[in-house]
Amino acid sequence: MDQDVGSLKAQLKEKEKEVAALRARLAQMEKSRASVPELHSDVAPLTPLTAKAALSNEDIMRYSRQLLLPELGVQGQLNLSGTSVLVVGCGGLGCPLAQYLAAAGIGRLGLLDYDEVELSNLHRQVLHGEENQGQAKALSASRAVRRLNSTVDCVPYHLQLSPENALELIQQYPPEANLPCRRLGHLDFPDPMYDIVADCSDNVPTRYLVNDACVLSGKPLVSASALRMEGQLTVYNYGGGPCYRCLYPTPPPPETVTNCSDGGVLGVVPGIMGCFQALEVLKIASGRGCAAARVAPGDMADNSPGGLFSAFDLNQAPPASCGQQLLMFDGQDARFRSIRLRPKQPGCAACGEKPSVTGLIDYEAFCGSAATDKCQKLNLLSKDQRITAQDYKSILDNTEPHILLDVRPRVEVDICHLPFSLNIPLSSLEERKSEHLRLLQGRISQLKQEMAAERRPAVYVICKQGNDSQKAVQVLEKLSGSEVDAITVKDVCGGLMAWAKNIDPTFPQY
Amino acid sequence: MAAPVGVHLEFGGGAELLFNGVKEHQVTLPSQSDPWDMKQLLVWIRRNLLKERPELFVQGDTVRPGILVLINDADWELMGELEYQLEDQDNIVFISTLHGG
Repeated sequence: MDQDVGSLKAQLKEKEKEVAALRARLAQMEKSRASVPELHSDVAPLTPLTAKAALSNEDIMRYSRQLLLPELGVQGQLNLSGTSVLVVGCGGLGCPLAQYLAAAGIGRLGLLDYDEVELSNLHRQVLHGEENQGQAKALSASRAVRRLNSTVDCVPYHLQLSPENALELIQQYPPEANLPCRRLGHLDFPDPMYDIVADCSDNVPTRYLVNDACVLSGKPLVSASALRMEGQLTVYNYGGGPCYRCLYPTPPPPETVTNCSDGGVLGVVPGIMGCFQALEVLKIASGRGCAAARVAPGDMADNSPGGLFSAFDLNQAPPASCGQQLLMFDGQDARFRSIRLRPKQPGCAACGEKPSVTGLIDYEAFCGSAATDKCQKLNLLSKDQRITAQDYKSILDNTEPHILLDVRPRVEVDICHLPFSLNIPLSSLEERKSEHLRLLQGRISQLKQEMAAERRPAVYVICKQGNDSQKAVQVLEKLSGSEVDAITVKDVCGGLMAWAKNIDPTFPQY
Repeated sequence: MAAPVGVHLEFGGGAELLFNGVKEHQVTLPSQSDPWDMKQLLVWIRRNLLKERPELFVQGDTVRPGILVLINDADWELMGELEYQLEDQDNIVFISTLHGG
């Protein structure tokens, strides 16, 4: 009896071990399934993507509402399934674009972004959720897309597009090879890695890089941008139309470029533009853009391989409605406007008759700015013209008489400010607005009464991150002793964000 | 003598911020011996509308890189750029290119 009990206990223990091992295996498998798709941190060759030969019953049900459109139809849907699209940037434009392309049944989506999800992204980058903060955007976006449509092949790239990797990423064959003309159902050439590129980036160097890579590899480029309440969209390098450089041969001076983290953007505006990008991509990918609708019914019967819808022969491509056209959206006035653009320019450095851009170059040097929309740190002042947030804290602690001048625009001061600061926006100082100079002079006179007469009143200038404050110091030094009484002026290095980070963690960051 | 020319000017994409945030301006160019062209219009804008930091709008005798000019809803490259002769009631748009996303 005792022996039986002992043996049973031993058996039970064994079984429990087995169950635990099975549980662990299951958990492991579930975990790895959840983390599919795998995140790529470099460019790896992909398996060729082939268009479906026929739609399954599930496909027919899933896509039925768009299959009913003569503008798409079964052939258009099959073409979508054989198209791969590279989305450069998984932000405010890339999120809605990827979402609609996946929903519509695109074959493959390359989702590229070097950045991680932050709280300040969520108002516009709608594929990412609160729980994705800190995650690679490419991975977060591709998980969201897979939840929506698991049949789409998502390839997340957690990397910065660069002159070194761009061509390898977009194409698998050398640029001098003939452009493969997509044949329905079969391929005469190895499948190119990506058929269409969507520029959803947020900075000037990347826009030139993506353009040149598309020209060199012969890919249509569906490009959109957004800032504040406005958006712009053009399809480049398609249907014999112009490329980005035909329009903008010279990059804008860096000081004229505003990014979303400085200028702000209403989330729905890139949302609208990203959706428009999806529309243009779908028209090109389906091979049944506006030209297809104009084809006589008799011609539509031509469904021989490579017949009517050789979507990727760039010279014979049906014109996308935004090729050689600029679509502008003004969200303030709720107005769209479509502008006829110049044709492909014979003298263009990239796509002209004698191109000087025969390989990718250093775009940060070409544009004089970094390939990021993160704020760049200016260094306009010498060390003795600047104090740290810690230094300023000591000045406060020692109750040294001074003026704290906040030079941010009113709209930012409304978000947060230090209670004892005087607000005069940098633009008012630059324009020497008399009412603001009077205000400053008033405070200087007041300060002079509180302190020993022989000392110059101290003015400390602060802004968000310590760039505008440096410009303001330069302006104030010119005003000092002429338009206002002589002052000693310094700026707070790193601005209010340094104050929030190093001195007062309860102060809001934005 | 050419008669005064009334033109509608628009600034967008952030270019309006150089004009006190005002997007639309209806202006009358005074009568002069030669017809008004785009080159002269840029000089006129610089003298009469642009208050601060002209380098953010013009460079040499043309607009700075990154500003697209539209004449009656067409790229000015199609219309002769600086040589285009203005007609009464023309609509001229200056759009700063956006790069954000």
